[in-house]
Amino acid sequence: MERDDIYEYSLDTHHSEEEGKVLRKKIWKVTAILTAITVVEVMLGAFIKQHDSIWPLVKYSFIAMTLVKAGYIVLSFMHLGDEKKALKYVILVPYIIFIVYLIFILLTESNYVRSVWESHAI
Amino acid sequence: MSGHATKEIDSATLWGGKVSPFSTSYGKLMMWFFLVSDALTFGGLLIAYGFTRFNTLDAWPIGEETFNSMPFLGHGYPLLYVALMTFILIVSSVTMVLAVEAGHRMDKRGVVKWMIATIIGGFFFVGSQAWEWSHFIHGSEFGKVELADGSQAIVHGEFGELQNFTVTKAGNHHKKGEIITEDLMHQYQHAVVAGHVENGMITLHDGSEAKVNKAEDKDMTLIIKVKGTKYKLNDRIEGADASKQYYASINSGEPHKVIYGANLKENEYGTQQYAQFFFFITGFHGFHVFSGVCINIIILIGVLRGLYHKRGHYEMVEKTGLYWHFVDLVWVFVFTFFYLV
Repeated sequence: MERDDIYEYSLDTHHSEEEGKVLRKKIWKVTAILTAITVVEVMLGAFIKQHDSIWPLVKYSFIAMTLVKAGYIVLSFMHLGDEKKALKYVILVPYIIFIVYLIFILLTESNYVRSVWESHAI
Repeated sequence: MSGHATKEIDSATLWGGKVSPFSTSYGKLMMWFFLVSDALTFGGLLIAYGFTRFNTLDAWPIGEETFNSMPFLGHGYPLLYVALMTFILIVSSVTMVLAVEAGHRMDKRGVVKWMIATIIGGFFFVGSQAWEWSHFIHGSEFGKVELADGSQAIVHGEFGELQNFTVTKAGNHHKKGEIITEDLMHQYQHAVVAGHVENGMITLHDGSEAKVNKAEDKDMTLIIKVKGTKYKLNDRIEGADASKQYYASINSGEPHKVIYGANLKENEYGTQQYAQFFFFITGFHGFHVFSGVCINIIILIGVLRGLYHKRGHYEMVEKTGLYWHFVDLVWVFVFTFFYLV
C-alpha cells in the first residue's frame, strides 16, 4: 500500500500503549465533563420556568454550556485541537464568521418582522 | 497523536506538492470539508428556526411542557427522556473515540469491541427518536382545548381512565344496553374532535349513542397559549374551575374544540411552525444518525475482515468517527434550541 510519491500521513497517527493510557484517561475526563453539563442543563430546564425572572440568565447559560460542550466534542473527540494550527483555523474561522453573520441577520430581521406583525395586528 | 507532523519541513517543500501543508491525509481533509458544509446546512436550518421563533407573536411550545413523558412510566418527567437520549448519544461518541484510540495502537479487538458499542448506542438513539416522534404525533390524552372566550389552552394533569361506554340508543352495530370496553380512547378522541360528545353522551361511528363512564381527572391545570377575550397568554386556570371549563368545551357538541397531537396541519403544543421545524430538523438529524450507524456497520465489517490491519492503519475508523462525532455535535445544538430554551 505504501507509495513513495506521497507522504503517508495515516501512519503518523500511531501511538504506543503508554500514550494510549494517557489518552484514554483524557477521554473519560471529557466524558465526565459532558455528562455533568448535560445533567445541570436538564435540572435547570426542569425546575426553572420560562416565566421566572431568572429565566433570561438561565437561557444564556444554556447557550454558553452548549458552546462549551461543542468545543470539547470538536477539539477533543474530533481531535481538531491536535491538528496543525492551519487546518484548525481553515475549518473553524470561516464557519464561525458566517454563522455569526447569520445570527446577526436572524436577530435584526426577525425583530423587524415582529414589529410589523405587532403594529398591524388584527 | 493524530495529525502531528513528525518532521520539520521548509516552506518551499511544504507548498511545492507531495506533502500536505496540513499534515493530514487527503481522505481526512475531505471528510472535514464535508462536515463543514453539512454543519452549514444544519446551521441554516437552526437559523431559520430561530428567525421564525422570534417573529412569532403566539406562544412557542415550551420543551419541558411538551416533552414530559417516559416510556412505560407515563407523564410528569419533564425532559428526562430526551436527556437520556442525549446521554446515550454522548456515550456512543465516547465509545467511538475509544475505537479510534484502539485503532492507533493497531488493537483490532479493541476497535471491534468499541465499534459494536457505538452501533448499539446509535440504534438506541434512533429507536428513542422514533418513540419521541410517535408520542409527539399522537399527543396527550387531554389535547389542546379552545375555551368559551376563544382562548386556547394546553392541559396538564392526570387523565381519569375511560372505563366503558354504555349504549343508550342502538346503532348499526351496537345494541341498547351493550357495554363497550374496547378501543375507548381512540373512539373518544375522534368523537371529541368531530363534536360528537355532548353532555357526557358520545355518538359512535355506527350512529349509536352511549354514556361515557370515566374516572375523575386529577390536578388539572389549563395553561393559556392563545389569548382570548377573557384570558391572557400564560394565564393558568387550576382546580375545579379548570375541569369545569375543559368539559364545557368537550361537551359542547361542537367540532374542532380540541386538538390531539401534532402533524403538519395542526399542533397541540403551540405554534404550528414548531411542528414543521421539529419534524424537519430532528428528522434530518435522525437520518444522519441512521446513515452514521450504517456507515459504522460497513466499517466494522472491514475491521472484522482485517482490511485496515493489512493496510497498516485504521484511518477509515477515524474518518467515520469524525462523522459520528459530528452527528453528536449537531444534537447538542438541537437539544438546546428545541428542548431547553
